[in-house]
Amino acid sequence: MGEFRVHRVRFFNYVPSGIRCVAYNNQSNRLAVSRTDGTVEIYNLSANYFQEKFFPGHESRATEALCWAKGQRLFSAGLNGEIIEYDLQALHIKYSMDAFGGPIWSMTASPSGSQLLIGCEDGSVKLFQITSDKIQFERNFDRQKSRILSLSWHPSGTHIAAGSIDYVSVFDVKSGSATHKMIVDRRYMGVSKRKCIIWGVAFLSDGTVISVDSAGKVQLWDSATGTLVKSHLIANADVQSIAVSDQEDSFVVGTAEGTVFHFQLVSVTSSSNEKQWVRTKPFQHHTHDVRAVAHSPTALISGGTDTHLVIRPLMEKVEVKNYDAALRKITFPHRCLISCSKKRHLLLFQFAHHLELWRLGSTVATGKNGDILPLSKNADHLLQLKTKGPENIISSCISPCGSWIAYSTASRFFLYRLSYEHENISLQKVPKMPAFLRSALQILFSEDSTKLFVASNQGSLHIIQLLEGHFKHLHTFQPRSGTVEAMCLLAVSPDGKWLAASGTSAGVHIYSLKELKAYCTVPAYNFPVTALAIAPNTNNLVIAHSDQQVFEYSIPDKQYTEWSRAIQKQGFHHLWLQRDTPITHISFHPKRPTHILLHDAYMFCIIDKSLPLPNDRTLLYSPVSLTNESDVRRRTAHAFKISKKYKPLLFMELLDERTLVAVERPLDDIIAQLPPPIKKKKFGT
Amino acid sequence: MAALEEEFTLSGVPLGAGPDGLLGVEPSDKTDQFLVTDSGRTVILYKVSDQKPLGSWSVKQGQTITCPAVCNFQTGEYIVVHDDKVLRIWNNEDVNLDKVFKATLAAEVYRIHSIQGTEPLVLFKKGAVRGLEALLAEPQQKIETVISDEEMIKWTKIFMVFKHPVLIFITEKHGNYFAYVQMCNSRILSRYTLLPGREEKPVIQSFTASVDRKFILLMSLSSDGCIYETLIPTHPSDPEKNQVVVRSLLLKAVVSGNAPNGVALSVLDRDHVAVLETSPSAPKDCLSIWNIKFQTLQASKELLQGTSGQLWYYRENLFMLHGKFLTVIPYKCKMSSLAGALGKLKHIQDPGTHAVPHFVNWETSQEYGLGSQNSEQSRILRSRKVEVSLQPAVSASTQLLLTIKNDTEKHIEVELRKFLAIKQTPDFHTVIGDIVTRLLGRCKAEPSFYPRNCLMQLIQTHVLSYSLCPGLMEVALEKTDVQTLQLCLQQFPDVPESVTCACLKILMCISDDSLQETDISAELVFGYSDTVQDEKMEGQTEIMENGFNPKEENCNKEKPKGTTEETTLSPVTPKRAALLNAVLHSAYSEAFLLPHLKDIPAQHVTLFLQYLYFLYLKCSENATMTLPGIHPPTLNEIMDWICLLLDANFTVVVMIPEAKRLLINLYKFVKAQISVYSELNKIEVSFRELQKLNQEKNNTELYSIEVLELF
Repeated sequence: MGEFRVHRVRFFNYVPSGIRCVAYNNQSNRLAVSRTDGTVEIYNLSANYFQEKFFPGHESRATEALCWAKGQRLFSAGLNGEIIEYDLQALHIKYSMDAFGGPIWSMTASPSGSQLLIGCEDGSVKLFQITSDKIQFERNFDRQKSRILSLSWHPSGTHIAAGSIDYVSVFDVKSGSATHKMIVDRRYMGVSKRKCIIWGVAFLSDGTVISVDSAGKVQLWDSATGTLVKSHLIANADVQSIAVSDQEDSFVVGTAEGTVFHFQLVSVTSSSNEKQWVRTKPFQHHTHDVRAVAHSPTALISGGTDTHLVIRPLMEKVEVKNYDAALRKITFPHRCLISCSKKRHLLLFQFAHHLELWRLGSTVATGKNGDILPLSKNADHLLQLKTKGPENIISSCISPCGSWIAYSTASRFFLYRLSYEHENISLQKVPKMPAFLRSALQILFSEDSTKLFVASNQGSLHIIQLLEGHFKHLHTFQPRSGTVEAMCLLAVSPDGKWLAASGTSAGVHIYSLKELKAYCTVPAYNFPVTALAIAPNTNNLVIAHSDQQVFEYSIPDKQYTEWSRAIQKQGFHHLWLQRDTPITHISFHPKRPTHILLHDAYMFCIIDKSLPLPNDRTLLYSPVSLTNESDVRRRTAHAFKISKKYKPLLFMELLDERTLVAVERPLDDIIAQLPPPIKKKKFGT
Repeated sequence: MAALEEEFTLSGVPLGAGPDGLLGVEPSDKTDQFLVTDSGRTVILYKVSDQKPLGSWSVKQGQTITCPAVCNFQTGEYIVVHDDKVLRIWNNEDVNLDKVFKATLAAEVYRIHSIQGTEPLVLFKKGAVRGLEALLAEPQQKIETVISDEEMIKWTKIFMVFKHPVLIFITEKHGNYFAYVQMCNSRILSRYTLLPGREEKPVIQSFTASVDRKFILLMSLSSDGCIYETLIPTHPSDPEKNQVVVRSLLLKAVVSGNAPNGVALSVLDRDHVAVLETSPSAPKDCLSIWNIKFQTLQASKELLQGTSGQLWYYRENLFMLHGKFLTVIPYKCKMSSLAGALGKLKHIQDPGTHAVPHFVNWETSQEYGLGSQNSEQSRILRSRKVEVSLQPAVSASTQLLLTIKNDTEKHIEVELRKFLAIKQTPDFHTVIGDIVTRLLGRCKAEPSFYPRNCLMQLIQTHVLSYSLCPGLMEVALEKTDVQTLQLCLQQFPDVPESVTCACLKILMCISDDSLQETDISAELVFGYSDTVQDEKMEGQTEIMENGFNPKEENCNKEKPKGTTEETTLSPVTPKRAALLNAVLHSAYSEAFLLPHLKDIPAQHVTLFLQYLYFLYLKCSENATMTLPGIHPPTLNEIMDWICLLLDANFTVVVMIPEAKRLLINLYKFVKAQISVYSELNKIEVSFRELQKLNQEKNNTELYSIEVLELF
C-alpha cells in the first residue's frame, strides 16, 4: 500500500467542557446534552448515537437545566436568569426570555408537556404556559426561603416536589401553596455539616418523593404525610443527580465520586407483591462528578465534569446484540475541529473562543516502518486568533493555499487574509462581511482558494468570490421552499465544478458551480451523514453515514458507482460495522484514484477499491507486527488497510502523496487539565 | 452388562445316566480343563475350548461314584470317592481306575473340596473335616461326629479367606437349617442357626455363597421363588455359642410359578446370580441372570431339552446338563452401568459433542447416600430401589433395635457393625437416626449404659445431623465425652450456638490428665506443634551462632527472644487444640452466639484468647496467612472468634491481671494495623506521582514525524 511519513501532532490542546445537563426524549429517542460552556448537543440514539446537531455556547449562558416539552421542543434555563427555546430545525436560539427570578437553578416540564416550571435563586417557583411559538408566564408558587435547586412533577400533574437547601417542599399545583416541608438531616457521618443541598428530587406516581442531597443520601419520602420512609447512604460526597425510568421501576443517581448507582424496585420475596427499592448496581465509568443522569428505556446515561457522555445499556432490557448492547463513552465532538493547508503545511485548530495556527515541522531523514525521524525543523505556533465577544466559534477553515482564514460565530462571520514574508506573518481582516453569513455551520474554500462556500443554519449556501484583499458575493443557493433545514456538511470537487451539501437529517444535495444551480440529490438514506468528500478526476462523491455505511456516488453519472454497489451487495465486514465512532473526515490520494482515506476517532483506513472486499471470515484489522513475508501477502488480500496506531484521532489528512498528518488528543492530557477528582482512599476503611 | 453368549455342547458320551444327573463339574489344574463326574461310574476330563473330552475313567461295574472327582492343585492328581468310603487318586497317565491308588476310609465322605492354594479337604457326612495328607497318612483313623444324628448336609462350599481355607456347610434337620463354618487352620467350627425371615417359607431349594473378607454371603433360593441372603461372619466372635443369623430377602420372585421341582442358584460375581429353573410340566427349562443391586433381570435363556436342575460356574463358563450332553454357556459381565441395568441406552446427545458419560457409578452414589448424581436415571432407579429393597433393611434394623433394648454394649456393637456392613438403603439415615434415638433412650434410662463406640460409629456414617438426634450431644456433654463431641462438631452441620458454647466450656475445663487418656486425633494440630519445636531449635542455634559479639548481640536479642518464646508456645496441649479447632470450624451466627459466650468463666476466656492469639501469630508467619496441617482454622475464623470473645467478655477480661499482657498485645496489633493502612494511604499518593512520571516517559513528544508503512 505504501509508506508514509506521518506528522504526529499532539499539541492540539483541546479540552471538551464538562457536561451539565442531559435530557432524554423518549418520542424521538434523542438526547440533549448541555455543557458548562453553554453548548447544547443533540444526540440521535437511534442513529448509532450520532451527535447530529449542536448549538454553540455562550460565555454568559451557563445552562443549569434542560428539558424537552410539548413533544420535541427543547428548553434550557441558566444562571443568567433566562429561559431559552432552541430551534431544532434551523439550529439557532428561537428566543430567550427573562424569568425575573434571578439565576434559574432548575426547570421541569409538566407531564402533559404544556407547562414549564422553573426554580429560581430567590426561592420562587414559577409556572409558564407553553404556547405554540413562545412561553407565557402564568403565576408564582409560594415563595421559599432559599433557592430552588431541583423540581419534579407528580405524573398526574397535581403536585410538585421542590428541592431546596435543607428541605424538600411539596406544592399543590392548583393552589400554588406548599403542603409539606420535609426537613433533611444535615448530619453527615455524624458530623453536622453546614448545609444540606437537595440536588435532585423525583416524584413518583404512588406519592413517593425521592431526594438526593449533598450529604450522600438517597431518601424516600411519603409526600402525603411528609415523612421519611427510607434512607440510603450511598456516598461520602454529594449525590448530584437523579433520573427515574418511565415505568417507575428503576432509577439512577450520580455521585460526586463519579459513581452511578442503579436502584430497582424488586419484590421482597419471590412470591409476594410487596416491593421495595434496592440499590442493585454501581457503575464507575466517571472519574469526576456525575452532574447529570438520564434513564432511557434501555440504558442509563450519565455525564459530568470529566466530559464523557456514558451510555450504559441495561443488559436485561436489551433484546438483540446490536449497537445498543455496548457501553458507549462519547468524549469528542462528531465534527471536525481542524482544517489544514496542504500547500503550506499549516494546521488550524478551532477552540471555543480562539483559533490556533500551527506550521508543521520538517525532516530530511528517511527511515523504515515505525521509526521516529529526527526533526530538522520543529512545529511552530504561528498565530492565535481570539474572538471578540462571549460567543463560541461555530466553524472555521483555512484555505488550501494558507492565505485565508475564515470563522463564524452565532452573530458574525470573520474573514482574514494572511500574508507570509519569510518568517513573518501578517494578518489582515477583511472588513464588511455581510451579516447573512453569520452562524455558518461549515466553511469551505475551493481547491484553488478562489472561492469560499458557507453553509448557513438557515439552509442556504453562499458562494463568495475571493479576490486580493476583498471579496464578492457570487451566489446563494436557497433551500427548497418550505424547508429551513440547516446545512452542516460541505464538499467541493477539486476541479471546482461541483458542490455537495448535506443537512442535519439525511439527504445530500449536489449543485453545479458552473451553472450555479441545483444539479441532483443523492437518494435518501435513513442515517445522517457524518462526512462527505468529492474525489479528484472522477468526481465521485464519497458519503459516510452514522451507521458506518460508506457510499460512492458518481456525480457525472448521477448514480452509485459499481464499487459502491458491489460493497452494498456484499455488505461491510461485521467489525467495520461494530465501530462506535463515526467517520469524521474523508480525503483522497492525489496520485492513486482508487484510494479513499477515511478515519474515525480510533482508526484510519485507506480503502483500495482495486482490491477484493473483505468478507466476515477474513481478518479486517491486521495484526500489529509483521513476522514474515507470507503474513504480508495474506494481509494485502483485501481492500481495507486499517491502522489503529493513532488514537484518539481527531484529524487525519494527506498533505502530499507520501505525507500524512495525524492529530491525536490523548485522554490523559485532557484528564490532566481537569480539576482533581474527589480523592478516595484505596486502603483501609 | 451381563450377557449370556452362544452356548455350545461338549460332545462325547451321553451323560446323566443316573437319576441325579451329574455329580459335579470341577476345575482341573489346567485352565481350560474340567472334570465332569457322572452320577454313574464315569469321570470325564473335558477341554472346553476344543469341546471334546481328553480322557475318561470309569469304576468297575457294581461300584458307584458317590462324590465328584476333584483335582489336587498341589500335585495335579485327580481324586474321586466311590462307594462312600473308597478314595482313589490317579493322574492323566492312568487308564484304569482299578489299578490306581486306593484308600479305604473309616467314615462316609460327603465331599472332597479342592481349591487353589491349599491341600484338598475331605468333608465327611457327619461333619468332620480332614486334610487329605493327614487322612492318607492314616486312612483308617477315627472320624468324629460333628453334627447330630438327624442332621443332613445339604450343601457345602470352600473359600479362601486371607489365604486360609474356610469351609461352610449347611445341614438340615426337621426343616431347620444350620450353617457350620470351619476355619481349617485354626480348627474352629462355628455353628449358626439360619432363622427364616418374616414371611419366608422355610423350604430351601438351593444354596450359593460368596465371600467378602469378613462375611460369607450365603444366598438361598426358597420354594417361594425368592432369594434370601444371610451374612455369616468368617471370624466368629464367640465360636462356642450357638449363634443365630437371619435370612433377609434379597431378590423377590426370581422363579416364576409355584414350587418348581428343581432350581439351581449360582453366584457369578458381586452383583449377579444365575438361576436355573426347571419346570415339571413343560420340558423347557430357563436359565436367567439377575442383577442383585438393581434387582433386574439381565439375561435369560430357554433350554428346550430340559436340564438336571444343576448348575456350575467356573471361569466365566456356566455348565449344565442339557438333554444328554454337557452344555457350556460362556457368561460375560461388563462394567455394570446404570443405563445398562435399566435396559435403556439412549444417546440423547448428538455424536459430535463431547459425550458426558451417562452411567452412574453406583458404588459411589450408594455410598454417599442419595445426593450427588443428578441424572434423571439415578432418580428413576432410586425410587425403584426404594420399592424393592426396603424390606431387608427394615428387618435387619428391627432386629438391631431389639438388641439395643436389652443386650450388652459389646453385643450391640457387634450387631451394629453387622448392620452397617449391610448395604445402605435409601432410608438409611432415618434408620440410623432411629438407632441413635433408641441408644440414647436407653442411656437415659440406664445411667451406666453409654455405648460410646456405637455412637462414634454411627456419627461416622456421615448421615447424622444435630436435628436428627438432638439428644446425642447433650448426652455426650453429660458424660464429658470430648471425643464424641469433637466428632459431632466436625460432622454436624447444624449445631446450635448454645451447644457449641457448652462444648467450648467443657473443652476448656476438662483437665489435661483426662484429656491425655482420651483417644483424640491430634493430627490436625501436629502440623504446627512440630513447627513450634523446629522454631525453638532454630532460635537457639541462631543465638549460639551469633556469639560473635556476645554482649551487644545478646542485648539486642534479649527482647525478641522473650517475645518469641512467649508466642511460639501453644498455651494449650495439642489434644485440647484439636478439640478447640473443632469449635472454631463450627458454623454460628454472631447474634445467637454472643449471649452464650458471656457465660464462659473468665480464666477460660483468657486461655482461649491466648490460644487464638497464638494461632494468629502462627498464621502471620507465612505469606499466605494460613496454618499448616489438614483442615486448619482459617485466619478469618480466628479473627472472628477473637472479636466475638472480646465483644462478649471485654469488661471481665479487662479486669483480669493475667489477661493484661494479652490485651496489650492485641491492642498493639490493632494499632499496628491502623498505622500500616494510614501509611499505605500516604504512600499511595507518591506511587501515583511515580506512575504519572512513568506515563509521561512513555508518552511520545507533542510532535514527531514517524514513518508508517501500510500493507
